[in-house]
Amino acid sequence: MPETCSITVNGKTLRVSAATSVAAAILNAGEPTRISLQGEPRGPLCGMGICMECRATVNGVAHARTCHMVCEPGMEVVTA
Amino acid sequence: MSSGFDVLVVGAGPGGMAAATVSAEAGARVCVLDDNAAPGGQIWRGLHPAPSSKAPHGAEFAGWTGRLRASGCEVLQGWQAVDSPSVGMLRVERGGEARDLHFDKLILAAGARERFLPFPGWTLPGVFGAGGLQALVKGGLEARGKRVVLAGSGPLLLAVAANLTVTGACVLEVCEQAPLGRIAAFGLTLMSQPGKLAEGAGYRWKTRGTPYRTGSWVVRAEGRGRVESVTLTDGRRQWSEACDWLACGFHLVPNLELPRLLGCRVAGGYVAVDGLQQSSVAGVACVGELTGIGGLDKALIEGRIAGLAAVGREAEAGRLEPKLRRQRRFAERMERAFALRAELRTLAAAETIVCRCEDVSYAALLECSSARQARLHTRCGMGACQGRVCGAATEFLFGWEAGAGRPPVFPAAVSALAAEAEVAQPR
Repeated sequence: MPETCSITVNGKTLRVSAATSVAAAILNAGEPTRISLQGEPRGPLCGMGICMECRATVNGVAHARTCHMVCEPGMEVVTA
Repeated sequence: MSSGFDVLVVGAGPGGMAAATVSAEAGARVCVLDDNAAPGGQIWRGLHPAPSSKAPHGAEFAGWTGRLRASGCEVLQGWQAVDSPSVGMLRVERGGEARDLHFDKLILAAGARERFLPFPGWTLPGVFGAGGLQALVKGGLEARGKRVVLAGSGPLLLAVAANLTVTGACVLEVCEQAPLGRIAAFGLTLMSQPGKLAEGAGYRWKTRGTPYRTGSWVVRAEGRGRVESVTLTDGRRQWSEACDWLACGFHLVPNLELPRLLGCRVAGGYVAVDGLQQSSVAGVACVGELTGIGGLDKALIEGRIAGLAAVGREAEAGRLEPKLRRQRRFAERMERAFALRAELRTLAAAETIVCRCEDVSYAALLECSSARQARLHTRCGMGACQGRVCGAATEFLFGWEAGAGRPPVFPAAVSALAAEAEVAQPR
């Protein structure tokens, strides 16, 4: 069994396996990552840290590149 | 003699790992820095920390990881190069913290990213790059049962399709924009590279239930709040597929921001280097995708050559040249095989977003005549990604070239740019 931990995405508790990226967890939760200037929902595009579409607020820090972050126990993720 | 590193390597993918390993094994004080959480680059992503020899390339990754660890090379993960304030020095940043790294020789192995092209609906959630989707699935995105269409160009499409199929996704079809004739001719040239041929055949075997359509490309994606269907064409007819995900990557483009900042000469879209991987700037070598999209084998050989050259073993490096020439020929053939068709320039509608960071439409860009004018008038390329996504698109759509690099080459906290940084010393 892979190790798991709990995080919250927009208040919803999510059980994820270890080494899950925060961007993958947000997608698994069915949430967009950010809202564009014109108000459209956006999700991760490049998966490798260059497009910046996966930015979200992680543990209170805004504009975190979530595809480059690994889930940690108790992490609070707020999108859009 | 500086108090810094003999050799600094930027990027810990295959090319950077090989360069750092061979120069450290020769006794040099070496540091390799990488912005990912673990070494391996994109191709070896997800193999860390316990690579299975059964995974594609698993044994090779394990071999290089072991050698790198034993070499005494310092490895900085999660750090991003942002500036070169003076010759022989790079400023690097992680989470608002800055460090200055001094070096005698610099080896850039910054890799490549996918080329994205705008089409109606490409900004919908659920539309990814092909490699992008692969990276996210390796990072824990649940793919089981998802209906996926892959459309774009390059050998990566088939590799991603195979990986997704193994993971339990339902890959509906793979659309390669290059025509059948060019793909077939490229396949034939692989007869001289049995390893690559076997890899391609293996991917096709794993996806044998999925149509691989050459000469076909995406027209638009549609959905409310996320992608729900995609329309494709072969130039004569159009058809639609209902899907959960659409993965669209149009081959790869090199990450030229850092070489450009340092003044390395770029020709034909890649950093110009000599037989020892040396760029036009003294003491700066470039390896891997920066010098031509050629994949794993080319990156490893170029990394070894640059690593040996950095420690004065030019003769040894020179002996790798026949292998290098073969890999560079492969890169050139691949470039020709997957050249983009002109029809892809006509996908975007007037209101289609081209610059995703600043929401700049195709119509707004039609008013401009250069990347610079577009930046000044529309903010295209001025957002968080700094043109990393829209730059390759506007180059293809309008022929606009990216200018010389300007610091910071990556978004960084102001505190990290302004502050006196700690000078990192070799241990």
